[in-house]
Amino acid sequence: MIRHRMLIAGVLLGAFGIAGSSLVAFTHERTAERIAANEREAMLALLHALVPAQSVDNDMLTDRIQVHSPRLLGSDATTVYRGRLDGAPAAAVLTTLAPDGYSGPIKLLVAVRRDGTLSGVRVLSQKETPGLGDRIEEDKSDWIHGFDGKSLGKPPLEKWGVKRDGGAFDQLTGATITPRAVVRAVKKTLLYYRDNADQLFQQPASPPGKGQERS
Amino acid sequence: MAPAPSYGKIFKDGLWTNNQSLVALLGLCPLLAVTTNTVNGLGLGLATMAVLVLSNTVVSLIRQIVRPEVRLPVFVLVIASFVTAVELAMQAYFHELHKVLGIFIPLIVTNCVIIGRAEAFASKHAPALALADGIAMGLGMTAVLAVLGALREIIGQGTLLAQAHQLFGEQARAMELSLGSDFHGLLITILPPGAFLGLGFLIALKNVIDQRTARKAAQPTRESAPGPAPSTA
Repeated sequence: MIRHRMLIAGVLLGAFGIAGSSLVAFTHERTAERIAANEREAMLALLHALVPAQSVDNDMLTDRIQVHSPRLLGSDATTVYRGRLDGAPAAAVLTTLAPDGYSGPIKLLVAVRRDGTLSGVRVLSQKETPGLGDRIEEDKSDWIHGFDGKSLGKPPLEKWGVKRDGGAFDQLTGATITPRAVVRAVKKTLLYYRDNADQLFQQPASPPGKGQERS
Repeated sequence: MAPAPSYGKIFKDGLWTNNQSLVALLGLCPLLAVTTNTVNGLGLGLATMAVLVLSNTVVSLIRQIVRPEVRLPVFVLVIASFVTAVELAMQAYFHELHKVLGIFIPLIVTNCVIIGRAEAFASKHAPALALADGIAMGLGMTAVLAVLGALREIIGQGTLLAQAHQLFGEQARAMELSLGSDFHGLLITILPPGAFLGLGFLIALKNVIDQRTARKAAQPTRESAPGPAPSTA
C-alpha cells in the first residue's frame, strides 16, 4: 500500500517536472532569438553612441579582439571593438576596468579615435554610492562628457587627474574617489592605446561567440 | 474544502485587510531592494503578479490530483517554471528593465507571497477564485511597491517615473516629472535604510487609517488587527 502511494507520488512529481521543463524550453525557444537581438542591439547602440554610426562602415560588434594588459586596462582580458572606414582604422572602443572605485571595480567603455583623441567614455557597470559617485553615469550627470575630445597631450600628461590632485578634471561634489578612479583608468587606457594602436587594428577578429562580452 | 469567499472579500483582503506587504509582511527582500524608483517597483510588482496569477490558477487546477506528501515540491516546480518563463519573456520584451531588476526576477521563486498564497488559498479553492486571489494579492503588493518606489524617488531624487520608457516604451519618456534641477534629494531615502523607513511609515499610515475607521464605525466590531498578522511562511 505504502509502496503504491510512493510510486504515485513519484510519478506525479516526475510528470510535473517534465511539464515544467517543457514550458521553460518552449518559452526559451520562442524568445531566444529576440533576446539575442536585444542584447546585440543594446551593445551596438552603446558603441555607436561613442563612435557615430556614419563614421565607420564595418560591424563593430563582430570586429572585436581580446587583449591582455592587466596593468593598464585593469583586467586579465579586455575586449576591444574596432571601427573602420573603407578598411582603414577609424576608432577603437576598449572595455577598460577601473579597479579602484569606491565600492568595487567600475566597468568602462573608452572610445579612442585613430589619432588618439577620446571620442567618449561611458560607464558599463558600477556600484558607486547612489546620488554621489554614481553621477559618473551619463543619465545622472554630464560629468562623463568631460572626457570628450581629450587626449594624452590635452590636457598634458601630468594634468590627468582630478582638480583636488592638481589635475584638470572636475571631481563630483561629495565624491572624489570615484572620479579619480575613472580618470586614472582612462589615462592608462590612452597610454595603452598610444603604444599598441597599430597592433590593435592588425590582429584578426576573434571568431564569433568566443569571448562574448556581456554587460 | 473551505467555504468559498466572495470576490469582493478577496479583493478587499488583497488590497487592504490582508495586504501581503503591509500586513503579512511577506516578500520584503525584493520590496526593499528594488524600490529606489517608481518604475522599478512597478516592474517587479507586475512580474510578481504575473507569476502569482499563473501559479495560483495552476495550483488550484491540480489541487485534487496532487497528493499531500508531494504537494510542496510540486508547487515549487510550478512556480519555478513560471518564473523562468516570465524572466525570459521580460528579457525579450522589456530588455532594459530586466537589466535593472536583474537578480530579483529569478528570486521571485523565493518570494514567500507566492508559495504562501498557493498553500493558504489556491490549494483550497476553485480556479476562478484562485485567479481572483492572485490578481488581488498581486495588485496589493504592486501598489505598495509602486507607492514606496514613488516616495523614495520623489524625496531622494526629486523625480517621479524616471526611466518610464523601460516599462511603457519610448513615448513614455515624457511621463517623467521633475522637481527641478536645484533639488538634490535626501540621499538616505535611496539607500537601504530609506526602504525600511518608508515601509515603516506606510505600515503606520495603514494602521492609523484602520483605527480611525474602526472608531468611526460606532461600537465597532474590530475588523482588522492593528499589528501585523502572523505570517504564514
